[in-house]
Amino acid sequence: MSAAVEAPAGRTVEPTERRPARLAELFLLILALAAGITAFAMVGRSVTGELPSDFWPVSLLLTGIGVAAHVVLRLRAPWADQVILPAVVLLNGLGLAMILRLQLADTKGADAWSQMMYTALGAGIAILIIWFLRDHRWIRRLTYTAMLVGLGLVVLPLLPVIGREINGARIWVNIAGFSLQPAEFAKIAFAIFFAGYLVTNRDTLALAGKKVLGLQLPRIRDLGPIIIVWAASLAVLVFERDLGTSLLFFGLFVAMLYLATERFSWVLIGLVLFAAGALVAASVFPHVGARMDVWLHPFDNELYNAVGGSYQIVQGTFALAAGGLFGTGWGEGYPYLVPYAFSDFIYSSLGEELGLTGLLAILLTYLLIVQRGLRTAIAVRDGFGKLLAGGLAFVMALQLFVVVGGITRIIPLTGLTLPFMAQGGSSLLANWIVIALLLRVSDNARRPSALPMRGTVAQGGGAMHDPIVVGAHDGTTPGGGVPVRRSAADAPSRGSTPSHPTEAISGPLDPRRDDPRGTTGGEHL
Amino acid sequence: MSELTITLLRLGYLVLLWVFVLSAIAVLRRDLSPRGAPRASRAERRRAEAAPATAGASAGAAAAPAPARRSGPTRLVVTSGPLTGTTLPLSTASILIGRSPGCTLVLDDDYSSSRHARIFPQGDQWYVEDLGSTNGTFIGDTQVSGPQPLAPGVGVRIGQSVVELQG
Repeated sequence: MSAAVEAPAGRTVEPTERRPARLAELFLLILALAAGITAFAMVGRSVTGELPSDFWPVSLLLTGIGVAAHVVLRLRAPWADQVILPAVVLLNGLGLAMILRLQLADTKGADAWSQMMYTALGAGIAILIIWFLRDHRWIRRLTYTAMLVGLGLVVLPLLPVIGREINGARIWVNIAGFSLQPAEFAKIAFAIFFAGYLVTNRDTLALAGKKVLGLQLPRIRDLGPIIIVWAASLAVLVFERDLGTSLLFFGLFVAMLYLATERFSWVLIGLVLFAAGALVAASVFPHVGARMDVWLHPFDNELYNAVGGSYQIVQGTFALAAGGLFGTGWGEGYPYLVPYAFSDFIYSSLGEELGLTGLLAILLTYLLIVQRGLRTAIAVRDGFGKLLAGGLAFVMALQLFVVVGGITRIIPLTGLTLPFMAQGGSSLLANWIVIALLLRVSDNARRPSALPMRGTVAQGGGAMHDPIVVGAHDGTTPGGGVPVRRSAADAPSRGSTPSHPTEAISGPLDPRRDDPRGTTGGEHL
Repeated sequence: MSELTITLLRLGYLVLLWVFVLSAIAVLRRDLSPRGAPRASRAERRRAEAAPATAGASAGAAAAPAPARRSGPTRLVVTSGPLTGTTLPLSTASILIGRSPGCTLVLDDDYSSSRHARIFPQGDQWYVEDLGSTNGTFIGDTQVSGPQPLAPGVGVRIGQSVVELQG
């Protein structure tokens, strides 16, 4: 009898699981790099008939980035998700290939080498974050700093000297020759702030209030925060004239409110508020209304020929149509006919050369990143990490929707860019930072904890049908024997546990209702 | 290069993209299998296979000397899922099951809620009650809505785990 207990105990107690080898990541990374580098070569062959002059440096640098990030993950975040990094490298490589292709076709503004440099910089920052940030919970102390930084970044483009207006949207700043889109960084700051704020205030927002038609409505005074964010996002819409940025911030807040409170009423309130605000803004402010017109009537001849009219979006639609199901092939189409084919409209360029089949693969790759982020949010144990990972994953999905929706005319066109693909330093840097944070949270989520509260897995499939042998208090299971925690209330009873397992089972098990203190479980009362 | 080669290259590239996507999805499928199992190394799996022999041998010995003193269940046993084999002694207190560290039985299961279900005695009968969990509590195929009597030997499914009362 006692041998039965000793055997599993001697066999198994392993405080740590083996580190994963991250072979899946390596394999996917090789595929992703192959896709990127093949694209570089195919682009050169079809546009100029030879390898592009930057082929070797760009290929080697991209490979170096992927391998360096992989090695750092092995060293510093061995439990982190294995799909995110290869997916990002693939998207980045495809974006580079398209920019290179447009550059070879002498498109004004397309610059593959600068994009490559920003990729390296972004990946470098991501690696530094993974290396030095050991625990994502550390960021929580930056909650209110993040709020100030976020608000500052949003206001930045409105300042007189540095703010710049490009194509009607005032979402750029120009400092010492470098132009920046601060909204990209602001979304990270806001995700951190919302996560920190909601994790402390979720209970009031979730529980107070009365029920109407099956919806738990919040109290009027708890509407304060959502009204403030709503007003701020409307201000962005009116003064910076960009629906995308506005939608991004407000959507992020509503999504994180929903994540934190699980109350669907917040989503309804958010949607109604935003729709009402946007409609009023469209009718009161002429420039917002003009954007709506371009969206609703792009094929109108007057709008098509107007400056800042629907020319771009119509050309983009034609490009997608020219691509068809399988595309024209790398370098065989005419994507440069669309204005800003390398940044805002890179989606239509890719659609023309890779077709619907390629676009769906790209969209699925984004979806994989988002899914991994949301999965991390489910698995991680602390509330702040949940909200942060969920918020960052959601904001990437929302940005994708806003960009792709704008190009395919589901929503009005905006100035946001496709993460990792579109040419633009701020977008690349910000999204690599997002990826670093997601990887860090996912490492903490999947790392087996040394704490006893982790009801760690008994590694034995074979134990499935075995009768139960082990005393309830010795903390081992027959299959694998990794310690299992029951409850805090159970702990005090350990001291009194008889050494003989038979007693452990028969003694305290007696359900004597009249004398609860006589039983071990009585401490639960 | 001929037209044919170009077409083949073009389609081949799309195939390469989809090979990436499908391999990534294959990696994700591991999420659907019970936690931990696919991550086990070969050595660990071999050890696990050796385990039933020891456990089985001792099982016969254990079953005999632990008879219930009275009628009615004496313990709660996890019969399926990652924590298979865990037992809890029953007392007069109710048993809270879920992911929250404050629960009596702490599950490490993404499909269970933090406070998932409660098993409690009333009169001479044990009852199971769902505490508003996301994925529900099931007895067989029927979902538990209100407090429901629970007989010994009947499995209650909570997330990926099955628990039952034993006498």
